[in-house]
Amino acid sequence: MISKQQRSFAERTFDILNYAFMAVFSFVCIYPFYYVFIYSISEPRLAQRGIYLWPGNFNIDAYIKIFSLNTIPHAFLISVEKTVIFTILCVYFSAMLSYLFTKRVMPFRSLMYRIVVASMYLNSGLIPWYITMKTYGLRNSFLLYVLPGIINAFYIILIKTYIEQLPSSLEESAQIDGAGFMTVFNRIIFPLSKPIVATVAVYASVGCWNMWIDNYLLVEKANLQTIQVILYSYLNEAQSLSQGLADMMRSGNAGRQLQLSPESIKMSITVISVLPILLVYPFLQKNFIKGIMLGAVKG
Amino acid sequence: MLSLKNKIGWTYFLIAMPFMIYVIAFYFVPLFGWIYSFYNYNPALSFSQLKFVGFDNFVKMYQERSEIFRVLKNTLAMSFLLILVTPLPMIAAVMINEVKHNKFKRFIQTVTTLPNFISWIVVFALTFAVFSNEGLYYTILRNLHIDVPVIGILGNNGAAWFFQAGLFIWKTIGWTMIIYMAAIAGIDSEQYEAARIDGADKFGLMRHITIPGLGPTFFVLLLLQISNLLNNGLDQFFVFYNPLVADKLDVLDYYIYKVGWAVSDYSYATVLGMVKSLLGIGLLFAVNYLSKKTKGESIL
Repeated sequence: MISKQQRSFAERTFDILNYAFMAVFSFVCIYPFYYVFIYSISEPRLAQRGIYLWPGNFNIDAYIKIFSLNTIPHAFLISVEKTVIFTILCVYFSAMLSYLFTKRVMPFRSLMYRIVVASMYLNSGLIPWYITMKTYGLRNSFLLYVLPGIINAFYIILIKTYIEQLPSSLEESAQIDGAGFMTVFNRIIFPLSKPIVATVAVYASVGCWNMWIDNYLLVEKANLQTIQVILYSYLNEAQSLSQGLADMMRSGNAGRQLQLSPESIKMSITVISVLPILLVYPFLQKNFIKGIMLGAVKG
Repeated sequence: MLSLKNKIGWTYFLIAMPFMIYVIAFYFVPLFGWIYSFYNYNPALSFSQLKFVGFDNFVKMYQERSEIFRVLKNTLAMSFLLILVTPLPMIAAVMINEVKHNKFKRFIQTVTTLPNFISWIVVFALTFAVFSNEGLYYTILRNLHIDVPVIGILGNNGAAWFFQAGLFIWKTIGWTMIIYMAAIAGIDSEQYEAARIDGADKFGLMRHITIPGLGPTFFVLLLLQISNLLNNGLDQFFVFYNPLVADKLDVLDYYIYKVGWAVSDYSYATVLGMVKSLLGIGLLFAVNYLSKKTKGESIL
């Protein structure tokens, strides 16, 4: 039998080690982001020699250069646009179909529901997907970013489960007042589903923001490039950097000479492509966790 | 004459139709692309001009079996490493649960889930910043006058699998941890009190209540991981691919991409993708069957 003292000693040791471990764990997760950020706002020469905690000689020349070029701000806007449009379409139509699936009077309801759920497990593979998108004329088209994936079986399951447990009295009284399907959906069901809709919006928007393979394989048009692919091409020096970055370094600005290095440019683009996620992160995380909780309850 | 109820039902049906057409167009129509496995696909030709080759593309899989085995070895190695580390998020969740300062706890959760929200391209950017030869890690070593290898970790062939598995854990552990945190929140608090009255200490509670309480969640996540045996995902291996580690990062998903785009053998890539998809569905059902048998619960 261990004495109470020994026990509390063991517990205290565990606590100290546990806190220390958690501190290291958190550091490992967050520090790379911080490092890239301070590098991007440091003087390149100093940064190359090694900066760890604070930026060395605050310097935002890399950002000035990036924003003076058209490609990167434009790609950023394309990414924002596609994410906003896709998220709205996805959330609205997924919710509408989910609502339809709660209607027991609809003929073939369960068959249609099963077809949608089955879509979650079907995967045609890269090539058939590519050929289909090309056949639909989505190649080199902005629609490629926002059309596929609007109806997502996983979201449908989440929203349908949520709508089913809403009180039906509101809906019924609206129907008695003569409101049609669209009115009931737009005025009552959709607003009432806000919690789950917010969760789905988070999943959809993060997924869309981070999506790049569609752009990479099917869109060559310069004015439709997304920030992810631009970032990739800058990281992958072999291709674009040799021309793009070399031009960048050579062209002296009208005023003073900008202090740039390939690294500082890469770091700045990385920061720009993570920034939107960081800005909405608190909101994002809250709803992500909520979604997992709902999924866990369901599972 | 339709009754009013039926009329409403059919109205709903009509509204649902465009949605169903959409689902079929975007999820089912691509499956017809599997037909190209029997043809010699050429993007420049129309379907009627394509040459029918029967099972030639399937035979090719057999002829190139040494390549396939190499790719499968990489695929399975990555998958087994990830199956091996499935307890990690659970252990981390149990440990976080022991952090009693709520602010610190929330901070840990916030910070460790961040990597889950970024694309693999950004993960590559961060990794490059830290581990490339001019990156942070080797800069520190140089400043400490420690010898730096000519080829850094990103090009280290022997460590490639482990490095990629490490990155995967880094990216996903925070998110998986939240699933376990949710499960811990669902454990009946009376159990803890009863055990405490019986004289259980912190370790006793962890061992006899928290960890057994997480068993079902662990089991489901493990089965899902197993059902993903052939799916390593393209993104990670696409961005980290380089000549020095090429033979180790050639997993099935990447190989299919490579056959399709680098070699332009669309039909053969279709065959590989189709076989992978079908095996994947088979695995999922097998795993689900296993779950039903052992736990009486479906995971689908």
